Amino acid sequence: MSERASDPSARSVADVFASCRAEGRGALVGYLPAGYPTVDEAVELLTAMAEGGCDLLEVGVPYSDPVMDGPTIQAAADTALRNGFRLRDVFSTVERVTAAGGNCVVMTYFNPVLRYGVDRFAADLAAAGGLGVITPDLIPDEADEWFAASDKYGLSRTFLVSPSSTDERIASTTAAASGFVYATSIMGVTGARDSVNSAAAEIVRRTRPHTSLPIGVGLGVRNGDQAAEIAGFADGVIVGSAFVSAAERGGPSAVRALAQELAAGVARAGLPQPA
Amino acid sequence: MSSSTSVPPSSQVTASQGIETPSGHEPDARGHFGRYGGRWVPEALVAALEELETAYEKARHDPEFLAELDRLHRDYTGRPSPLTDVPKLSQHAGGARILLKREDLNHTGSHKINNVLGQALLTKRMGKKRVIAETGAGQHGVATATACALLDLECVVYMGEVDTRRQALNVARMRLLGATVIPVKTGSRTLKDAINEALRDWVTNVDSTHYLLGTVAGPHPFPQMVRDFHRVIGLEARAQVRERTGRLPTAVAACVGGGSNAIGIFHAFIDDPGVRLVGFEPGGDGVATGRHGATLSEGSPGALHGAFSYLLQDEDGQTAESYSISAGLDYPGVGPEHALLKDLGRAEYQPVTDAEAMDAFSLLCRTEGIIPAIESAHAVAGALRLGKELGPDAVILVNLSGRGDKDVDTAAKWFGMIGQDESAEAADGTAIAEGELATPTVGAEGERATPTVGAEGELATPTVGAEGATQQRAGSFAHPGSQTEGIQA
Ligand SMILES: Cc1ncc(COP(=O)(O)O)c(C=O)c1O
Repeated sequence: MSERASDPSARSVADVFASCRAEGRGALVGYLPAGYPTVDEAVELLTAMAEGGCDLLEVGVPYSDPVMDGPTIQAAADTALRNGFRLRDVFSTVERVTAAGGNCVVMTYFNPVLRYGVDRFAADLAAAGGLGVITPDLIPDEADEWFAASDKYGLSRTFLVSPSSTDERIASTTAAASGFVYATSIMGVTGARDSVNSAAAEIVRRTRPHTSLPIGVGLGVRNGDQAAEIAGFADGVIVGSAFVSAAERGGPSAVRALAQELAAGVARAGLPQPA
Repeated sequence: MSSSTSVPPSSQVTASQGIETPSGHEPDARGHFGRYGGRWVPEALVAALEELETAYEKARHDPEFLAELDRLHRDYTGRPSPLTDVPKLSQHAGGARILLKREDLNHTGSHKINNVLGQALLTKRMGKKRVIAETGAGQHGVATATACALLDLECVVYMGEVDTRRQALNVARMRLLGATVIPVKTGSRTLKDAINEALRDWVTNVDSTHYLLGTVAGPHPFPQMVRDFHRVIGLEARAQVRERTGRLPTAVAACVGGGSNAIGIFHAFIDDPGVRLVGFEPGGDGVATGRHGATLSEGSPGALHGAFSYLLQDEDGQTAESYSISAGLDYPGVGPEHALLKDLGRAEYQPVTDAEAMDAFSLLCRTEGIIPAIESAHAVAGALRLGKELGPDAVILVNLSGRGDKDVDTAAKWFGMIGQDESAEAADGTAIAEGELATPTVGAEGERATPTVGAEGELATPTVGAEGATQQRAGSFAHPGSQTEGIQA
């Protein structure tokens, strides 16, 4: 039923980006909190996102104090927690979505990982078929334990770079990362926005010289045109709040339709041009 | 001259001494106190934290900055704050001599101004024009609004919606001072969520905005810098106690929310091994009920709001909701240096219940004519407990971190002087006049978590109340403290 299912044989984040590249395009990365609105429904939604054309899925961990998130994702995390989401559910979610053909990384604030045990978290995620972790509030400076665990279990480590990052920080952060680098397009929290900020191209341009890793751009993308614009200079287009809103509006069929629109935008753009 | 052998007289102690002279207990280069502290933040904030660290390191050795801060503290804050002997209160502490460090007498009514003036001057130096702050009790918000008015900075204060109600007076003060107060309606609608919202604002507006954090929590350099701005409390108090008593105190007591007033007074005594340092955390309804904010006593290590420290959390690392009658202590995190002091055993931390704190509150009102902030009443309750333990030879230094004007509604309701939906200002006076703060038996025998007052032990002072000793206990005060809502006489 999928027009363009992501490569189910991908065993690493690098493979996902490489196979997109081989198709002459960037990657579409879709975010949804696990457990939203319930664990089972989130599995369905994430599966629909993969079927609609998300090459990589960011399975979010709902957290009580999400300081990088705007109202849409905050509310979704609240809903998931109220509906009984437990941290261990993220592993079963990854396992089920992976079995259905999706490629999953986990996006999580770090305290739940600390509490679970960094090594144990990495072990359980790898066992569930997860490919890596994106850590929005963990910088490499504090990540010694995470370096060891991610190396041990073969998980990618995605750190963020921001328009406010100095060149020195971009260099050290990308050097510490693997899989892909997440560039936040704007200064701010998550949430769909009307236009793509010029800072997006600028942060990608500044990051390129420091790394050969693919660069994904997120924060604020919500439609195919924006996706195409970003795919014109970035290797991955990351979409979060818009999927949450679509899920709220119309469940799996709405997120599938959104994924299709975004994927078409990404495909239309072809390979990123040097900015 | 900072050595403990040749101590300057208290009249010569200045805030700049605590800023300029390293304490000997510094974090490592990345802001770690042992395994605690550091920067557990989004990358987007790192540049601003580095800028702040650089600005602070420069300013702390800049005579102009230090002189300006000292001048403001002298002429505007009113430093040094006095040390007050409270002999009548001391009778309720097993005869131990209690000395109050009167941070409540600072301009704006609490210790918070010490840190705020320092950071506000730094904001100017960094060329930023907009200041944001979180506040719980509203004291930090008021101090920030005050400094922003003084120094021509735009001021936005985030405050949990629950706290805007229980500290309505301070909301009005902030608005009078020209600040924008934004009630935060997410999560538990208290201090924790106000910090989340302030961090979101900061991530978005970091170029133009300084986040003037109000306690010794958060990412490096806040725990160190805010501590240094508050070290003046302990430096003054240490000299004052020696002048007054000819010795060092047996113990130092302070309340602990995020930990700024406590670290400020503790720091001058860290290298005095004979001085016990005791932090009193909000025990709420009693730690056994789960409704409390006793982070160090009951929490576990983790990362929250930019620092690795103790916090209240569930099995999955979700932050637990704290509870305290005191808005300023109602916080599930705590500053990282306290976490280290606890692990080292250099300081100890004990919970004080709402009921114990309110007993101490009324006792201090009626014996000494001082209405403390409910936050500070936790430290007073702790001192009464310590006094009974240490005996009549002990000298106990208490950080009276703030005054209680903001708390008259909460207190009047607690003591049954007005109804839950009344406000003290609106009361016609009759109810208030008849209210009787029967003197509590503040914790007779070491029953720390006993929520009931007047249960056991000697009713120490028979003479309470302005209107004569034999007055009937009208709205008698022996309601169970655990019913913090809806007690009605
Ligand atoms: C008077 C007073 N004391 C204490 C506190 C608690 O803060 P900290 O633990 O940082 O001193 C507050 C906070 O609002 C306060 O207003």
